[in-house]
Amino acid sequence: MTLAASLRIALAALRLNLMRSVLTMLGIIIGVGSVITMIAVGSGAEARIADQINSLGSNLIVVVSGAITSGGVRLGFGTQMTLSEEDATALQRELPEILVAAPGVRGSAQIIYGNLNWSTIVFGTTPDFLAARDWGVAQGRPFGQADIDRAAKVALLGQTVATTLFGGADPVGQTIRIKKVPFTVIGVLDRKGQSMQGQDQDDTIVMPLSTARNRVLGASEVNRHAVAAILVKMREGADMGAAEAQIHGLLRQRHHLQPAQDDDFWVRNLSEVAQAQEASSRVLTLLLAAVASVSLVVGGIGIMNIMLVSVTERTREIGLRLAVGARSRDILGQFLIEALTLSLLGGLAGIAVGAAASFTIGHWAHWQTQLRPEAVLLAVGFAAAVGVFFGFYPARKASRLQPIEALRYE
Amino acid sequence: MGDRLIEIEHLGKEYRLGDVPLLALNDVSVQVARGEFVAVMGPSGSGKSTFMNLLGCLDSPTAGRYRLDGRDVSHLDGDALAQVRGRLVGFVFQGFNLLPRTSAVENVELPLVYAGVPAAERRRRALAQLAEVGLAERALHHPSQLSGGQQQRVAIARALVNRPLLILADEPTGALDSRTSIEIMALFQTFNARGITVVLVTHEPDIAAYARRTLRFRDGRLIDDRPVAAPRVAAEVLAAWRPAEEAA
Repeated sequence: MTLAASLRIALAALRLNLMRSVLTMLGIIIGVGSVITMIAVGSGAEARIADQINSLGSNLIVVVSGAITSGGVRLGFGTQMTLSEEDATALQRELPEILVAAPGVRGSAQIIYGNLNWSTIVFGTTPDFLAARDWGVAQGRPFGQADIDRAAKVALLGQTVATTLFGGADPVGQTIRIKKVPFTVIGVLDRKGQSMQGQDQDDTIVMPLSTARNRVLGASEVNRHAVAAILVKMREGADMGAAEAQIHGLLRQRHHLQPAQDDDFWVRNLSEVAQAQEASSRVLTLLLAAVASVSLVVGGIGIMNIMLVSVTERTREIGLRLAVGARSRDILGQFLIEALTLSLLGGLAGIAVGAAASFTIGHWAHWQTQLRPEAVLLAVGFAAAVGVFFGFYPARKASRLQPIEALRYE
Repeated sequence: MGDRLIEIEHLGKEYRLGDVPLLALNDVSVQVARGEFVAVMGPSGSGKSTFMNLLGCLDSPTAGRYRLDGRDVSHLDGDALAQVRGRLVGFVFQGFNLLPRTSAVENVELPLVYAGVPAAERRRRALAQLAEVGLAERALHHPSQLSGGQQQRVAIARALVNRPLLILADEPTGALDSRTSIEIMALFQTFNARGITVVLVTHEPDIAAYARRTLRFRDGRLIDDRPVAAPRVAAEVLAAWRPAEEAA
């Protein structure tokens, strides 16, 4: 007997008990639907974190001044700045694995344009900073070494600052006042979006390090070349752990720290933090999918239950089929295909339910969801496996019936 | 192959009910030639049903030998027996045994499905066979929409559709009124005249009278085997049928 013929028999049998078939399928529909939805929600969360990692820039290590005890990065006025521009230069020179090392200072400042004003974060840094962050310039130009040498009063605006002060107008070439000092806007940065901490990374102004120190934030009295932090970008494929240790060792040496002394700086692998978050989100996704797949198994038990009832009800039919020449494997195939059809049709309907649920959650709860083809394949494949697994016992029971007993069954 | 379709020697069938052996069929030897019309008679428990099951390859004997169409089928396994049934034997049951909620033509197609006949040819042959039993108009009706006689015609068409050598009918008229019974017997006689061997189980002498040979069973043994002196011809009986008898 051909597969097409078996399929036709199965479909006909399922149609004869339409209500029962649909109810049986419901278990699989809910199972597949929830697996797909859970994976979509989990993948959405993962994707959001991945976006944040990308916006941060990859292979980043940040070195922060001062013996910082709390988790946050304490910058701004009054912070002890133990790092210097020379530290950054030395890092770049001594460690070939380092692509760029960008020293920077940071502080908040009030900015004014026309009759509008806004408080934002000012970064003073070198052109390497934008390279380290993979941060492009959307309009205008970035500043260069010449601007640093001259301490030029030029500024790059983040998207949020540009929109807040200029609305839709082109800010490039305009003059803004930062802490009352007039600056020329030379460019607008690309949009970065939210950071992992939920901060708006576009609410910022980036300017030459020298300018920030001399004109806006003020220089340290101890060391005119002191900086608050150094942003280090490693080469692709570099061993981040080893790099961290090397940076740590080199800076301790440069700062003449004795073995007993505490560090006066802090090295943090930013990518690692992000990746840890991504990994935990992936674990959560797996967990959700595992819980959802329990309902698939329950659906499979429903299929087995109904198939057993069906085999008993159709004992005479089975006897007749055996009498007219069906072999036991034909009967086995018929009931197996029936179970498989139930689970696959349920699986297909489950895809629709899952897709609709993911969309609804994404739309109404404003969660990012991501319908992944491999999740759909996984769920349907699992549904099919459930159908075969739970359909096998009833089908085998049917195929082992003896023709005489089956024909006489009342 | 010879002219003997059925050759049975010392056939026996023993069932075990717990520890007690039950000899349902005991040392039966009989031969049936191609084209015969045989009635099998006997009270219940006489072994005639066991005999029919063995004849139809629905079961295997525990003793003796059964050759069908020249091939020893005594020791075949379940799947090989299924193939013999599918190719050589057509069954007609007292209760019709049609698939419910399935059209007449699909019921007739069933043996062809398992014989691996392509769908288009299945449909063509099943419709032709339905036409032969006079039900061309009802091909798409479901069994519940057909009378008992019509249902039995569908079952006969199903038994014949794969051109078997042997038709086994188990009380085919047991659920039918007397006129319909004779119509069914007329069908069997028609196909028998075309060379198909018919073996029919019945406990009604009136029905057995349409056969040309009678086998009687009692207590698991074949006790009587004789030709019917003057077999009735169903077509003649129907032609002479009087409305009064129909009313009765």
